[in-house]
Amino acid sequence: MARLARLPWGVLLVVIALLVPAAGSRFYTFLANDVAIWALFATSLNLLVGYTGLVSFGHAAYFGIGAYTTGLLMKKLAVPFLLAFPAAGVLAGGFALVFGFFCVRLTRIYFAMLTLAFAQIVWAICFKWNEVTGGEQGMPEIPYPDFGWLDRLSSVPLIGGWRTAEYFYFLCVLLIALCMWVLRRIAGSPFGRMLTTIRENAERAEFIGVNVRRYELAAFVLAGAFAGLAGGLFGIFNRGVFPDFAYWTKSSEVLIMTLLGGMGTFYGPAIGALALILLNQQITSYTEYWPFVLGTILIVLLFVFPGGLAGAAQIIASRIWRPRRA
Amino acid sequence: MPDPSFVFAQSVSGLTAAMFLFLIASGLSLIFGVLRVLNFAHGTFYMLGAYCAYQFMVWLQPGPGKFWLAALGAALVVAALGGVIERLLFRHLYGKEELYQLLFTYALVLVLSDGAKMIWGTQQKSVTRPPELTGAFSVFGATIPHYNLLILLLGPAIALGVWYVLQHTRVGRFIRAAALDRETLGALGVNVNALYTWVFVIASALGGLGGALISPMRATVPGMDTEVIVEAFVVVVIGGLGSFWGTFLGALIYGQVLSFGILFFPRFSIYAVFALMAGVLMIRPWGLLGRPLK
Repeated sequence: MARLARLPWGVLLVVIALLVPAAGSRFYTFLANDVAIWALFATSLNLLVGYTGLVSFGHAAYFGIGAYTTGLLMKKLAVPFLLAFPAAGVLAGGFALVFGFFCVRLTRIYFAMLTLAFAQIVWAICFKWNEVTGGEQGMPEIPYPDFGWLDRLSSVPLIGGWRTAEYFYFLCVLLIALCMWVLRRIAGSPFGRMLTTIRENAERAEFIGVNVRRYELAAFVLAGAFAGLAGGLFGIFNRGVFPDFAYWTKSSEVLIMTLLGGMGTFYGPAIGALALILLNQQITSYTEYWPFVLGTILIVLLFVFPGGLAGAAQIIASRIWRPRRA
Repeated sequence: MPDPSFVFAQSVSGLTAAMFLFLIASGLSLIFGVLRVLNFAHGTFYMLGAYCAYQFMVWLQPGPGKFWLAALGAALVVAALGGVIERLLFRHLYGKEELYQLLFTYALVLVLSDGAKMIWGTQQKSVTRPPELTGAFSVFGATIPHYNLLILLLGPAIALGVWYVLQHTRVGRFIRAAALDRETLGALGVNVNALYTWVFVIASALGGLGGALISPMRATVPGMDTEVIVEAFVVVVIGGLGSFWGTFLGALIYGQVLSFGILFFPRFSIYAVFALMAGVLMIRPWGLLGRPLK
């Protein structure tokens, strides 16, 4: 076990992800790209729900803000991706700061409701502000980042000769890996530990002199910013930005991923994203009633494995490696 | 300044919308107040009410009095469904973390609304207005259909009825006691489990009735559940989660803000409603007439 844990899993995973297009199937690349973006989105939410214990029901708002920011900048103002992508994080983080300022003053169910209310405001603006956001019709045809400069490398093996969608996939993998690494560092830092302390016992954290609200707000802003980055990538990947990116059902989808993978662990939500997207892909090829299946899975999960896939794996692993003495 | 008769008509249409919202939101508020669960699936009960009313009308064939039978039937079917769900699943969630409750009720939304899609398809369904109420009359230059007038009378009547049950009957006293302190009530020998089931059944019936009554006015389509539940949330948050008259007040405010919002800022009226909700949550998170949670 110890030797397995020492392997550089993160690096290996990135290398494997980068090799996906080499398998030659556009569809697998498409799926892998979808999974990678949702993994980042779900992990950003986990910082809030899993680490800090704040149940946000409006996390899609920041995803949507990020998607619209990058989309608008690239489509309408022809801003290069290099600027439009960080802008998604900055703007989403900025909105998270304003909304979070009010949200962290409330607790439990009221916190969830206020995040939902703000998310619905964002959705309503995206839905109705035709001049800027394209309203109900959304904003199709977001351009890909410019990969023209890579043409010079077209004769280099492995690097050259891919299609734009594949170049974008490589870019996504690297950027998301970077974001995940940063999130991992945040979660493992003293700051991250303090968030866990707040989740476990906010009153006690207050006693030892921690400004709980400020920590919660910082977590809220970070989670919002990374969700915005995921949204920025998703708009380009999806070839369009639509108001339902910020609708409340999106917020619950990402919560389901987080829960499915397991909230107690860092990589759980990413696993949840992978599992849910693969499952969706499998099931929709058999039946159009995917929501029905998803709902049933969710009910079973909630009643049988509240720890999610990662929790279930941990239980099984502990049974195998440490069998109970008879 | 717009024409006064137009303002009047607008205000009446806001009132009508408020009565429907009240029917839905009161169930939501009741479940939250007593069971302490925020039930996303409540909007789906409303949608099922509308579908059931449609189905009963197909079976009964239109005729005088038939619609009321269909509406009653729809409310009963939805109430029964609510009872079964509460007995089998819901009751394991009481006292659990909010996240599990929210996701469970969302899972119910997925299952039930997809189930409705399996049965009734994605085509919109409409119910004709009951023949005895197809007319309209005018007041102050505004035309009000008879059906809307009935809704305007029915809303407060149902509110008073529920209030009477909660305030002046034995069951109502138990329900209010359960909202305050479940354990003590149980210790005093009241069957709290059965009481919770009844609360859920009553709330589901209110939701189903709301859906059935709106079916002659609006087409029944998939997706109306996720739309209405957000509106109902806004109403209960404004009025106060768990507060009965607060919900009534919240519905009235919502209806007026929406219909006058359309008048003055045609494109941002939904935005105004959510902003109102956020404002209330910031200043009085427990709502205008609610009490803070311990």
